[in-house]
Amino acid sequence: MIYASPLSSSRPFFLFRFGPVRSRAFQALLRHIVAISLLVVMLYPIAWLFVASLHTGESAALMGVGLNLTHLSLSNYWSGLTGPLDFSRLFLNSLLVAILEVIGALFSCTLAAYAFARLNFPMKRLLFSVLIAALLIPGQVLIVPQFILFYNLHVVGTYIPLILPHYLGIDAFFIFLEVQFIRTLPRELDDAARIDGCNHLAFLLRVVVPLSLPALATVAMFMFINSWNDLLGPLLYLSNPHLYTVPLGLSEFIDNTGQSSYGGLYAMSFLSLVPVAAFFLAGQRFLVQGIATTGLK
Amino acid sequence: MATRTVTRLPAPSKAAYKRPSDALRSRHHLPWRPRRPDQQLVAYWFLAPWLIGLLGITLGPMIYSLYTAFTNYNLLTAPKWVGFQNFQLLLQDPQFIQSVKVTVTFTLISVPLVLLSSLGLALLLNTGIRGLSIYRTLFYLPSLLGSSAAIAILWITVFSQPGLFSDVMSFFGIHTGSLIGNPRTALYTIVVLNVWAFGATMIIFLAALRNVPREYYESAAIDGAGRWQRFRRVTLPLITPALFFNLILGTVMASQTFTSAYIIGGPAGGPAGSLLFYTVYIYEEGFANFKMGYASAMAWLMLIALGLFTACCFATARFWVHYGDER
Repeated sequence: MIYASPLSSSRPFFLFRFGPVRSRAFQALLRHIVAISLLVVMLYPIAWLFVASLHTGESAALMGVGLNLTHLSLSNYWSGLTGPLDFSRLFLNSLLVAILEVIGALFSCTLAAYAFARLNFPMKRLLFSVLIAALLIPGQVLIVPQFILFYNLHVVGTYIPLILPHYLGIDAFFIFLEVQFIRTLPRELDDAARIDGCNHLAFLLRVVVPLSLPALATVAMFMFINSWNDLLGPLLYLSNPHLYTVPLGLSEFIDNTGQSSYGGLYAMSFLSLVPVAAFFLAGQRFLVQGIATTGLK
Repeated sequence: MATRTVTRLPAPSKAAYKRPSDALRSRHHLPWRPRRPDQQLVAYWFLAPWLIGLLGITLGPMIYSLYTAFTNYNLLTAPKWVGFQNFQLLLQDPQFIQSVKVTVTFTLISVPLVLLSSLGLALLLNTGIRGLSIYRTLFYLPSLLGSSAAIAILWITVFSQPGLFSDVMSFFGIHTGSLIGNPRTALYTIVVLNVWAFGATMIIFLAALRNVPREYYESAAIDGAGRWQRFRRVTLPLITPALFFNLILGTVMASQTFTSAYIIGGPAGGPAGSLLFYTVYIYEEGFANFKMGYASAMAWLMLIALGLFTACCFATARFWVHYGDER
């Protein structure tokens, strides 16, 4: 879906035409107006959140619809990061968990995807069907049995239940995505590498991985965002406030917040959105580059 | 496949063995089946992490939870077999009924709304609009943020009283009060959240729309098809694979809504249980009350329901999902 060709043919199909006016430029203008006003309505609350987070005390809760741009200060950010809830620690915790999960997903999914995309082995079709079935298992059905498992392994209260599944390929969707991508790499590469005496692992690391960077970046981006946003996992497995992640901290924060500390809540909420947006915007550019340099669609 | 058909051939006569190629073929008459030379068992080393995970943290625990669904289990003492008691209790549990109602209502309302709005916007953006990549990026962004705790907190401030939404409405003279505090409207705030995060669905529609060959529209226009007919008879059939994908994925995701419901409604499920989503109730019963058997039974019912839905989609797919190359 991300790899869709950016080129479109010259005479596109319009279902949407506003009014009887046939001028092409006028129609285009109307389309821009509709799209932009929709974007403004959708993104305004986030802008509002940012401005409200710059107000201290009661005025954050009482800002109203408009953006009051007077008396702004960053003190909410400072007090949130260093105050009693110590969000700086939570951000570091979230970052640690997310990075470890990204590494795990890249490791296990790339290995499995290479086998499915490039190797022949007994029961391949059966195992691929199992992979597709695993894709459709709703993750939250697994929370109860996995909790029982990790409870009996005495690792509840640590990061292991959050991280370990990703090293064991729990993300069937990412495997599927990488399989689809690796399949498009030309077969001649395999033969050339084999003649040069490459074994499968060397071929994977030296040829497939560098050529699959767009797919790997996509996996890394989605894994990071999923991990960063996850509330249910930390809620189940973490009980020590020192190990809390950001969503868990926010969830606790909202339970014991009066109007006076809304500014701090807004500040930490907004700050928690920044890495997701930044990661996406950075990854987006990288994806476009990757597609341009490899010439793959 | 070619070697498989060879195994079904009748045993060759003795004279046939004289040709060298038959020496190879005769391997298939050995009592065991030799490994085909093109098979690479090294593949299992590459698959090992995934296979261990599949058996150890997916299939194994799932089968174990099928057993615990028929037991009373509080983690501390051994599971005690109770037969179908958990399922009988579930059917009499008003909170369980409420959670099913909330989740089904939410899915039935939000999934079609998301599909319609994302298809509509994809059609608008597929008109050769300038700056498409910028629009695509900005419309996609909310779908990445939508499942975060921060956006759920923002939603509370938007739909409470005072809040952005009620302020805007009172400007037009409509007094809504707090939508989140009202049991009749609380669910719709999460519907709005789901529609707000429609970007991922839209991207898939957009990619599908770009793959519709232009010539089809031209020949349809020559045949005298109007704007609506071209959409109905050309576009819609050709994007049914994307619709199929979005329908299944959207339903599975919507029925698993947790973070926004938990943040906005709290563990108790909001005003009068109006935000008691299925997963929130599983969480409550399993991890606040430690009724693991009960929660396992709920998880399995959800798995069966979603499995049936997916199976129905796949079973009916050949009647309404069209693949472009007439497969």
